Amino acid sequence: MKELSLDATVDNIAVVTDFVNAELEAIGCPMKAQMQIDVAIDELFSNIALYAYAPGSGSATVRVETELDPPAAIITFIDRGVPFDPLSACTPDVSLPACERDAGGLGVFLVKKIMDEVAYAYRDGENIIRIKKRL
Amino acid sequence: MMTITQTKTDSSLTIALDGRLDTTSAPDLEAVCKNGLDGVSELTIDMEKLDYMSSAGLRVILAMQKRMLEQGSMKVVNVNDIIMEIFEITGFADILTIE
Repeated sequence: MKELSLDATVDNIAVVTDFVNAELEAIGCPMKAQMQIDVAIDELFSNIALYAYAPGSGSATVRVETELDPPAAIITFIDRGVPFDPLSACTPDVSLPACERDAGGLGVFLVKKIMDEVAYAYRDGENIIRIKKRL
Repeated sequence: MMTITQTKTDSSLTIALDGRLDTTSAPDLEAVCKNGLDGVSELTIDMEKLDYMSSAGLRVILAMQKRMLEQGSMKVVNVNDIIMEIFEITGFADILTIE
């Protein structure tokens, strides 16, 4: 298990992505799964950066764990901001024509679809989001 | 990190994206959408060198599509498997002209 704690800022999304990618590359993660995980990081860490501590700021922790049999990566995002379950957001209507579409709610929807498991918990003042991707 | 290369011929504009279209880079493309599409009737977005896209990128692509519906046409070309899957999951495959 590897863990990184840092300021929850949009600028740090790239730092988190590099940190997780280094772990994924070390276990020979297929490129497609890695990029899908990168998309999930962008969605989840940007949510924390933009909303968890707004209008103030705070820190977040990202943890990477790997399982071997069957191979899987588990990424956990932890913040101590306002309690918020991103999985409770409305499911967007993805069948509307362009003129009637807005892009709200697509991020978490996308994460649910491209990850194998997504779970949220609020414990001891912490928002904990855990995603699992089979490799 | 993403590089945007624009090639304009009369009213045709091709925007080639290289890198990742995500929360960090989406504002750069949004600036092109807001300020660079005047007089453009044919817009091509070339994704050959784009690795992936998150919802922040989808939001800008949707804004561009809405704008081009009013003033011409837009197509997206050279989409990789990862981005195509994201377009399909989100219904963007039905909204966009993908070649």
